[in-house]
Amino acid sequence: MPPRASKRKSAPPNSSSVTSSDGRSEGIEALCSDLGVDYTDVRILMLAWKLKAEKQGYFTQDEWQTGLKALGVDSLSKLKKALSDLEKEVEKPSNYEDFYTYAFRYCLTEEKQKSVDIESICELLNLVLGVQFRPQIDSLIEYLKVQNDYKVINSDQWINFLRFCKEISFPDLENYDATQAWPLILDNYVEWMREKHS
Amino acid sequence: MTMNERKTIDLEQGWEFMQKGITKLKNILEGLPEPQFSSEDYMMLYTTIYNMYTQKPPHDYSQQLYDKYRESFEEYITSSVLPSLREKHDEFMLRELVKRWTNHKVMVRWLSRFFHYLNRYFIARRSLPPLNEVGLTCFRELVYQEVNAKVRDAVISLIDQEREAAYYSRKAANWIVDDSCPDYMLKAEECLKREKDRVSNYLHSSSEPKLLEKVQHELLSVWANRLLDKEHSGCHALLRDDKVEDLSRMFRLFSKIPRGLDPVSSTFKQHVTAEGTALVKLAEDAASTKKAEKRDVVGLQEQVFVRKVIELHDKYLAYMNDCFQNHTLFHKVLKEAFEAFCNKGVAGSSSAELLATFCDNILKKGGSEKLSDEAIEETLEKVVKLLAYISDKDLFAEFYRKKLARRLLFDKSANDDHERSILTKLKQQCGGQFTSKMEGMVTDLTLARENQTNFEEYLSNNRNANPGIDLTVTVLTTGFWPSYKSFDLNLPAEMIKCVEVFRDFYQTKTKHRKLTWMYSLGTCNLIGKFEPKTMELIVTTYQASALLLFNSSDRLSYSEIMIQLNLTDDDVVRLLHSLSCAKYKILNKEPNTKTISSTDQFEFNSKFTDKMRRIKIPLPPVDEKKKVIEDVDKDRRYAIDASIVRIMKSRKVLGHQQLVMECVEQLGRMFKPDFKVIKKRIEDLITRDYLERDKDNPNMFRYLA
Repeated sequence: MPPRASKRKSAPPNSSSVTSSDGRSEGIEALCSDLGVDYTDVRILMLAWKLKAEKQGYFTQDEWQTGLKALGVDSLSKLKKALSDLEKEVEKPSNYEDFYTYAFRYCLTEEKQKSVDIESICELLNLVLGVQFRPQIDSLIEYLKVQNDYKVINSDQWINFLRFCKEISFPDLENYDATQAWPLILDNYVEWMREKHS
Repeated sequence: MTMNERKTIDLEQGWEFMQKGITKLKNILEGLPEPQFSSEDYMMLYTTIYNMYTQKPPHDYSQQLYDKYRESFEEYITSSVLPSLREKHDEFMLRELVKRWTNHKVMVRWLSRFFHYLNRYFIARRSLPPLNEVGLTCFRELVYQEVNAKVRDAVISLIDQEREAAYYSRKAANWIVDDSCPDYMLKAEECLKREKDRVSNYLHSSSEPKLLEKVQHELLSVWANRLLDKEHSGCHALLRDDKVEDLSRMFRLFSKIPRGLDPVSSTFKQHVTAEGTALVKLAEDAASTKKAEKRDVVGLQEQVFVRKVIELHDKYLAYMNDCFQNHTLFHKVLKEAFEAFCNKGVAGSSSAELLATFCDNILKKGGSEKLSDEAIEETLEKVVKLLAYISDKDLFAEFYRKKLARRLLFDKSANDDHERSILTKLKQQCGGQFTSKMEGMVTDLTLARENQTNFEEYLSNNRNANPGIDLTVTVLTTGFWPSYKSFDLNLPAEMIKCVEVFRDFYQTKTKHRKLTWMYSLGTCNLIGKFEPKTMELIVTTYQASALLLFNSSDRLSYSEIMIQLNLTDDDVVRLLHSLSCAKYKILNKEPNTKTISSTDQFEFNSKFTDKMRRIKIPLPPVDEKKKVIEDVDKDRRYAIDASIVRIMKSRKVLGHQQLVMECVEQLGRMFKPDFKVIKKRIEDLITRDYLERDKDNPNMFRYLA
């Protein structure tokens, strides 16, 4: 049930209206519309990170209440403000890697799942790194979609994507050394890039 | 002591003072840190002598002082100068001598000054040689007398070296232009021999090494590159023309000059590599003219290639002995050269496969190589030696195993002794693990024969169990033999009984083992009642099952046959082809085309005959190449995993490059792991929680217990 806007302005956001026993994802969607933020906006992911949400798509009572308290938020308008502050907080180097790693874990929906399918990874890369590393990410996503060696990406490969963007000069890829411990998928990506540009 | 107080100085006291001054002088001459004489020092020493000389008797010590003057030199020469000269030789001795002589003159000058007063009055009165002369005479009598012979030798030797060097330098400059490399080398060898003789006759033996060194330098070191690179007669040409004697001379001469063998060995390596690569190209070209459908099969050209490589190896092994005195450097480059070209395949077949096929041809009955027992042993020995150069040894092992299995199971092995002999050689070369499965296979056959005897006994004791057909079963130990796909062939009824009987028998022997029947490997002797004459046909079990269907049907279609036999299309096509389109047409096919299609119809060919009473109808084997390569790749993945885990377990933390290096080294005996494959295995092991990447250093891995 979509929460009524008027009540939200004064009362603290109520977790019970966000989570429901059966329509979990609807809750987040509703929250998003309240906040005037798109479902797929990266800030929602950041919120999830801040709230330390375990499962994708919803917040538990506990996560919600603890999280909001930590944010010092007791109204919708404050939540909106907190969201923009959150962006700056995440960008801090000390937090960024943690957030980035969290983003991957957030996509693991099944019990013993360790890898995420290529399609989702491409979306996630775009969401999380797209702004900061646009050219690298566009190129990498293009490669991930055409290659056949890997159908899923594990957390080790994921964390190395960030390292790649941060450390390797682009687009020349001059300082990339395949004899180092870069994951094979990145070795293959670099080879593909070099062939393309030769 | 001041000039005014003229106390009497007694000899001992005075001499002690002088001695200090003389010691100071010696230190200065020896180069020790000692300040120079000041004017005061000098005055004191001079005055001491003056006083001691001018004192009233009995304290006038003029004679004693004169003697002590001379003794100072004698003492210094005996204790310092002579020992230092004795321990040096040749040029060094000459230099030392010059130095000591210079020092001596300085010592004479200074001491003369201190003792000058003696010079003024004492010697004239007594008609004694002046101090100068005394000093110099000491040197002549003590030093010169002793060293003059040595000095003469050293000087002559030096002169000679200079002379020789100049002489040979001129000669060599002329020869290098005019002479071919072998001729030049002959002359060089002559010169060295002559010099050696001369030295032993005329000069001190210590001169010999230096002199010869100089001559070698002028004749060889100076012109080495130009000599070796001479286009039509240099090292490369000599190798090309197999000039063993000239090459031996080259080795002898160049082994004496520093790093002289490096260019020779490098040219040798280039040459051998080029020869080998040419063989590969020859085989490739010959293979490219093969018909398309035979492309994957190792054929005659490839056999010839292996033979030629063996011959090349023999030739250059002989060179090791005949030309290069088994020098380690040459052994090393020979190995590198062979490794360079031996690992190139020919026409899509890897060298591992070529070698295995080559062995198969020698060891099987009716193989293309018809050799005596001795020749076979020799050839096998040589093939095993070549295996040392192949990096994919595991691939060779698998191909070898597959072909060995064929030989053993289809009774195609020509000679049991040869089979065992090559396994022994392989074991020596590659270790016990390499051959353990193969040995197991050979043993299985021996055991199978015993087992068969027991089976026949069982049958004679259990009349009703007898299936009515002679049955021979070979029980194989699963781990030793290559893996085969087994299909559930629908056996003809007669054979089903055989299988059951054997099963019962086997149960009596052991209850803990499971038998899996491999019908694709069996053979069958059938009696064919053809109109012209009855004949015996030796066929595979698959072929027999197909033929027996025609006992109950005159005519069968392809699909009917396939359904009744329960085999795959591939197998059915193959076996029907062998029975209707090959040399012996036991079945008539409609339409009478050369290939099998799924709409064909088949009939028993009652008119079939052959001049022999007994014929073998071959069923060409499925090409194993792909499966072998797949199996080996799979085994390699396991081997790499195991190696990585082993290394990480013992090191706990290790850098990526280090890990890769150790892995390659550990596995090097069997194959050369691909870097990318190793990376993939590491990733896999990370996913399986055996390893993790270090948090701080992404190039390091940690073992997760």
